[in-house]
Amino acid sequence: MNALLAAALPVFTEGPSEVSSVTREANWFLENAFIIPLLPAISFLLILFFGKRMPKKGAEFGIAAVGIAFVLALITGAAWLDHRDNFDGQLSESPATGIEPAHDDHADDGHADDGHEDEGHEDEGEDEHAIGVVADDGSTSSDEVALAVEAEGDGHGEEGHAYVAVQNSTQWLQSGGIEFSAGTLVDGLSVMMLFVVTLISLLVHIYSTDYVSGDRRYTHFFAFLSLFTASMLFFVLSDNILQMIVGWELVGVCSFALIGHWWEEKPNSDAALKAFLTNRVGDVGLLVGMITLFFAAGGGQTFDTLSITNTINQGGVSHTALVVAAAALMAAVMSKSGQFILHTWLPDAMAGPTPVSALIHAATMVVAGIYMVARLYPVFWEGMQIPGSSINLLATVGAVTLVGAGLLAFVQTDIKKVLAYSTVSQLGYMAMALGVGAWTAAVFHLFTHAFFKANLFLGSGSVAHAVHSFDMKKDMGGMRTFMPQTYKTFIIGSVALAGVFPLAGFWSKDEILVGTGGWGIFGGTGGPGSYTFHLTMGMIGAALTAAYMTRCVYLTFHGEYRGGDHGHDDDHAHAHDDAAHHGDPHESGPRILYPLYILSGFSILIGLVNLPPGFQLVPESWQERFLHFIEPAGASYFPAVGHATPSWSLAIISSLIAFGGAGLAYWYYFVKVDGLARSTGQKLTELPNGLVTTNAWARAGHKVLVEKYYLDHLYTGIIAGATKGPIARAANWTNTHLIDGVVNTAGETAVRTGRQVYDKIDQGLIEGFINGSGRVSDATGQELRRINSGKVQNYAAILFAGAAILAGAFIVILAL
Amino acid sequence: METIADLDWLLTALVFAPLAGALVMALFPQDEEELHKRLALLTSLVTLGLGVFLFVEFDYDNAGRLQQFVDWDWIEVIGAGYTMGVDGMSLPLIGLTVLVMPLVFIYSWDHIPKPGNAKAFLMLMLILETGMIGTFVAQDLILFFVFFEVVLLPMFFMIAVWGGEDRRYASLKFFLYTLFGSALMLLSFLALFFLTTDPATGEHTFNMLVLSESAGDGIVRSTQLIIFGGMFIGFGVKVPMFPFHTWLPDAHTQAPTQGSVILAAVLLKLGTYGFIRIAIPMLPEAAEAWAPWIGLFAVIGIIYGALGCLAQTDMKRLIAFSSVAHMGFVMLGIATLTDFGINAAIFGMVAHGLITGMLFFIAGSVKERYHTLEIDRLGGMLVQAPKLGWILGFCAMASLGLPGLAGFWGEFPAILSAYNPAAGIPEETFRGYMVVAAIGTVLAAGYLLWLLQRTAMGEPSEEFANDPEITDVSTIEWIAWTPFLFLIVLFGVAPGLIFEVTDPAVVESLNNCIQVGCEVAGG
Repeated sequence: MNALLAAALPVFTEGPSEVSSVTREANWFLENAFIIPLLPAISFLLILFFGKRMPKKGAEFGIAAVGIAFVLALITGAAWLDHRDNFDGQLSESPATGIEPAHDDHADDGHADDGHEDEGHEDEGEDEHAIGVVADDGSTSSDEVALAVEAEGDGHGEEGHAYVAVQNSTQWLQSGGIEFSAGTLVDGLSVMMLFVVTLISLLVHIYSTDYVSGDRRYTHFFAFLSLFTASMLFFVLSDNILQMIVGWELVGVCSFALIGHWWEEKPNSDAALKAFLTNRVGDVGLLVGMITLFFAAGGGQTFDTLSITNTINQGGVSHTALVVAAAALMAAVMSKSGQFILHTWLPDAMAGPTPVSALIHAATMVVAGIYMVARLYPVFWEGMQIPGSSINLLATVGAVTLVGAGLLAFVQTDIKKVLAYSTVSQLGYMAMALGVGAWTAAVFHLFTHAFFKANLFLGSGSVAHAVHSFDMKKDMGGMRTFMPQTYKTFIIGSVALAGVFPLAGFWSKDEILVGTGGWGIFGGTGGPGSYTFHLTMGMIGAALTAAYMTRCVYLTFHGEYRGGDHGHDDDHAHAHDDAAHHGDPHESGPRILYPLYILSGFSILIGLVNLPPGFQLVPESWQERFLHFIEPAGASYFPAVGHATPSWSLAIISSLIAFGGAGLAYWYYFVKVDGLARSTGQKLTELPNGLVTTNAWARAGHKVLVEKYYLDHLYTGIIAGATKGPIARAANWTNTHLIDGVVNTAGETAVRTGRQVYDKIDQGLIEGFINGSGRVSDATGQELRRINSGKVQNYAAILFAGAAILAGAFIVILAL
Repeated sequence: METIADLDWLLTALVFAPLAGALVMALFPQDEEELHKRLALLTSLVTLGLGVFLFVEFDYDNAGRLQQFVDWDWIEVIGAGYTMGVDGMSLPLIGLTVLVMPLVFIYSWDHIPKPGNAKAFLMLMLILETGMIGTFVAQDLILFFVFFEVVLLPMFFMIAVWGGEDRRYASLKFFLYTLFGSALMLLSFLALFFLTTDPATGEHTFNMLVLSESAGDGIVRSTQLIIFGGMFIGFGVKVPMFPFHTWLPDAHTQAPTQGSVILAAVLLKLGTYGFIRIAIPMLPEAAEAWAPWIGLFAVIGIIYGALGCLAQTDMKRLIAFSSVAHMGFVMLGIATLTDFGINAAIFGMVAHGLITGMLFFIAGSVKERYHTLEIDRLGGMLVQAPKLGWILGFCAMASLGLPGLAGFWGEFPAILSAYNPAAGIPEETFRGYMVVAAIGTVLAAGYLLWLLQRTAMGEPSEEFANDPEITDVSTIEWIAWTPFLFLIVLFGVAPGLIFEVTDPAVVESLNNCIQVGCEVAGG
C-alpha cells in the first residue's frame, strides 16, 4: 500500500498561484459576515449558563439570535446582489494568509507579512502590487490571470461584471512555518447557504417552542439548536479547508447530541452513535483528502480554499494527486450527505426530535457534503474527469443512491423514515448533478429541496404531535379531516418534491436531468458530458419519488383513521409527555402551522428564481437569476462549466414519468386499497393479495428492501461486531498473554533473583506503611532529609560507578 | 545556542519548593491531617506562583533560547553540572505540571484514598512534583537522570500503598519496567559522555547543550544507532510505546485517582519530552534512521490501544488504554522529525495531560459514588448525576479530537505532518502511517462514545437507581476541575497560545541539527 500511496501522492513544492477573483474591500456586510455565526454561538453560551433561569427557558436567546442572524443574512444577500452586478473595486492579492505568492511578477518588498493586519491599511499598502484590476477598464497588470469577465465560459453571452468573491481573513495561529488563518468567504454559494440556514433554523426554533414544550431537556434542546446553527454557518462561511474540517466536525457533534436527545432509550443513543461513527469513517477520507490538497495544491503552505481551487483550476496540480484527493473526499461526502453505501445512519437519525430532522437531517447539515464538493469543485472537476465523460464515481454514486433510497422509501411504515430515505434520494440527485457537471443545478436543487423537505418534515411532526406516533400504518390514516391545514401544506410539499410543474422541485430536478446531457437530452445541446445512464436513473428516481410520496400521503391523510384504539407508542412521541393532547387528533397550534405556511409558500415559488433560458413566458431578465448570482462563472477559481440548453421534450417526458409513478401509486392506494377497505369495512393499508404475497420474486425483493439491502447487518453485525468483539478481544489477549507473559516471566525471574531485596521492600516498607504507617513515614522523612542533606553526591557517585562499568563493557562491545 | 541568564534562583526555587514543603510537613505529626492538607496545597500554590512568575519573566520573543539559565558545578569528578534552563519546548510542560498539582491537592481535600495517612500521601506527591519539574528544566544528563528517577519512587509507593486490590503486582511491574528502561537510558547517556568531547574544554561532558550542538559529531553511525536504541527503549517505556506499554493499564487501574491523574497528565510526558529534548537533537542521524520504526510503533500503538479500549470492561482501564493510543499520535508527530510534527507532539502532550487527567478524575469520582468501575453495571449517569455525565461527554468529545477542543490540535497536525516527513525519511511509509492514524480516529470515537453510551446514557440500573450516595459534582470537584475544562476549551479555540511558544524552540532545536550537517530538515 505504501508504495502505491507514494506513487499516487507526489509532493508539489511550488506555492499556490494567485487568485484573481477575490477582494477584501466590499460592502460592510459582505466583509463582516462573521457576525452571523457569532450570534447563535453567543446564544449557545447564554442558554448554557442562563437558559434555565429565563422565563422561556432559553428559547428566547435562540430565537433572538437566529432572528437577527436571518435579518443580517438577508441584508448580506441584498448586498451580494448589488456587489455581483456593480462591484468595480479593488481586487486583492491572495492567498489571504499573507504568504508570498510563489511566482510574483512584481518587484516585491516583503509586504506580504502584514496579511493579517488591519485591512484598510493593507489595501493601501498593496496598491502598487495589486494583481487584480478594475474589471471595467479591461487592463491587466498580471499576464497569467484569467480576467473574470463572464462571457465565453458562461455560454449565454450575458455581459456583466466579473464574479468577485469577498474574503476577510485573519491569522489564527502559526506553527512550523505554516500559517493557519480563520476567515469568511462570501460569494453566491455561501450567501445562498446563509439564507437557507438562518431561515429554516428560525422557523424550526419557532416550531420547536410548541413541539418540544414540556420536554425534559427543553433548554438543552435549544442550546444545541443554537450551537448547530452557529457551526453550520461557520462551516459555510469558511475561507479555508481547515476551518471547513472544524465546522464539519462541529455540526456532526451537534447532530450526535440532538439525535441522542432522548438518550434514556437505547435505540436513540444507538442511532446517535451510529451517526457519529459512520461520519467518522467518512472523516478519514476528509482528513486524507484535505491534507492531500493542502500539500498538492496549497504547496504545503496554505489551507486557503480559493488559493487551492484557483491553483487546481489553473492546472497547477498533477492529475494523480487530484484523483486521490477527490476519491478520499468522496468518502466524506458519502457519510455526511448520506450517499450509498454510508447512508445508513441517516434514516436511523430520525430517532431525534422532528424539528431536528427537518433542520439538520434534511435541510442543512446533510447537504454539507454537497456544499463541500461545490466549494472545492475544481478538485472533482479534474479529479473525477467530469467534462467530456459519460461516467465517474461521484455521478454514479449519486445515481445509485437516488434510486436505491427511493426504493427503500416504499417499505417504510414510519412517516419520518419515508422522508429520510427521500432525503437520501434527493441528496443522490445533488451528488449526481455535481458529478455530471451540472453545478448550478445541484446547488439549486439543494436550495429548493431545503424548503420542501423542511416543510414535509415539520408537517410529519405536526401529524405526530396529534397522534403521538410516527407509524403511518398503525396510528394514522384519514388525518386530512382532523388537520386540514397540515394536510394542505403537506400536499404542497409532496407535489414540490415530486417535481410537478410549476412548483420548486420541478425546476431544479429538470435542470439536473438536462445537465446530464444524456441521450442527447432530447434535442437540447451543451452540457459538460453525456451521462445517459445517469439521466435514466434520474428519470426512474422521478417516478419513484412521485410514487412513494403518493403512498405516504394516502397512508397518512386518507382512508380511515387507524389510531386511537390502542396505547400510544411512547418511544416515538416524546414531545408529548405533557399529556395535554390526549383524545382525538386535532389541528396543531399557530407556532407549528405558520412555519408550515411559510415553507409551503417557498415550496411553491422558490423554483421561479432560476427559470431556464428560453422560457418565453417571462422576460429574459427574469431568467436564470439564481445562476447569475450564485455560480462563480468566469471566476479564476471555478472551472468553465458549460450549461446545457433546456429541452421542452425532456421536461414533458420527465413530468409524464413522474405522473406515471404517482398514477400507479394512486391507482393502488386510492383506488384499489381504499375501495377494498370501503367495501369490506376494514382498515387496510395494503392489498391482502398484492404482488408481494403472491409472487416469490416480489417477496424476495420486498425482503431485501425491508432488510435495507442487508447493509446494517454488515456494518453493525459484522464489521462493528467483529471489531468490538473478536478483534478487540484478540488485541487484549495479546496484551495479557503474549506481551505480559514475557514481561511477567522476566519480572518473576528478576524478582526471584533479587528475592532478598524484594522481601525487604515488600515486607519492610509496604507492609510497614500499611501497619505502622505513621512511624515508617516519619522514618522515611528522616531518610529523605538525610539524603538531601549532603549524601546525594555519594549516592550519585556509587550509582555512577556501577553504571560506568557497564558502559565500559558496552563500549568495548561496540568497538569490536 | 545562546542562553539567557537573568534570575539564577528562579528555577532552583521552582524545582525545590515542593520538596521544601514536603520537608516542612515531615516536622508535623501524622494525625494533623487538616494541617497537612493545607501545607501541601499551600506548597503547590507557592510553586504555581513561582511558575506563573516564570511565565511572566519568560521572554517570548526568544522562546527558542534557554532562559533563566544556570550552569553550576555539581559533581565535578564525573563532570556532571547543575545545569538548568527553560525554553519554549519545556515551558508548556512546566506550566501543565505546576497547574495540575494544586488541583490534585484540592481534589485530595476529601478524597484521601485508603488506607489513609494523608501526610505520607501528600508528601509523596510533593516529591513527585520536584522530580517532574526538575526533569523538564534539567540541562545536564545526570541531573536529568536523577530527576527522572526521583519520580519513580513516589509513584511506586503511591500505587503500592494506596492502590487497588492488585496494587502489589501493578506497582512492581511499574517499577521494574521503568527501571529496565532507565538502565538502558543511562547506558546510552554514558556512551554519549565517553564518545563526545566538549570542543571548548576538550573534556567529556554531560552538558545537554554541548551534546546537542555536537549532535553526534564524531560518533560512527552504527554506534549512534545503538545509543539511540537504548534511549528509544528508555524513553519508550515511559511514554509508553507499544510494545513497552503493558505496565500502564495496570498502574493506572490500580493507582489512586490522584496517582492516575498525575501519571496521565505529567509522567507520561517525561518520555516524549526525552525524545525531543535529548534523543533527537543529540543523535539526529540515528533519529532519522530510527524514524520509520518509531512511526511504525506509534501507529501500531494507535490502533492497538484503541482495540484494547474496546475490549475493556473497566472504565479506568479503558481510559488507561486510551493513553496508549493518544501517545501514539504524539510519537507519530515526533517521528516525522519536522518542526510541525514536533510542535503537534508538544501540543498533544499538553492536551492529553488535560483531557486524560480529567477523565481519570471522573473515573475516580464515579468509583467513589458507585464503588465500581465495571462498565456493565453503570448506566444512566446523566439521570442521576447529570453534570458529571455531561462532563464525561465533554471530555470524551475532547479526547476523540473534536475540533474546537484541545485534543484536535494534538491529533490533526500530527496526522498532517506524517504526509510530509523530514527529508531522508521514507515518504511513502509515512503516508501509509497517516492513513492508519486517521483510521485510528474512528476507533477512538468508537470506544469513547461507546463508553459514554454505556455509562452515562440510558436509565440507571436497578442496583443504583435509588442509591443516595450517587450525587452530582461537588464543590470541591468543581474547583479542581474547572481549570481543566476551561483550558481544554481555551487551547482548542486558541491553539496559538501553545504553538507560538513551542515553535521557536523546536525550530531552533532542529536547525541546530542542520547546522552540523546532518540531513534532518524542518518543514
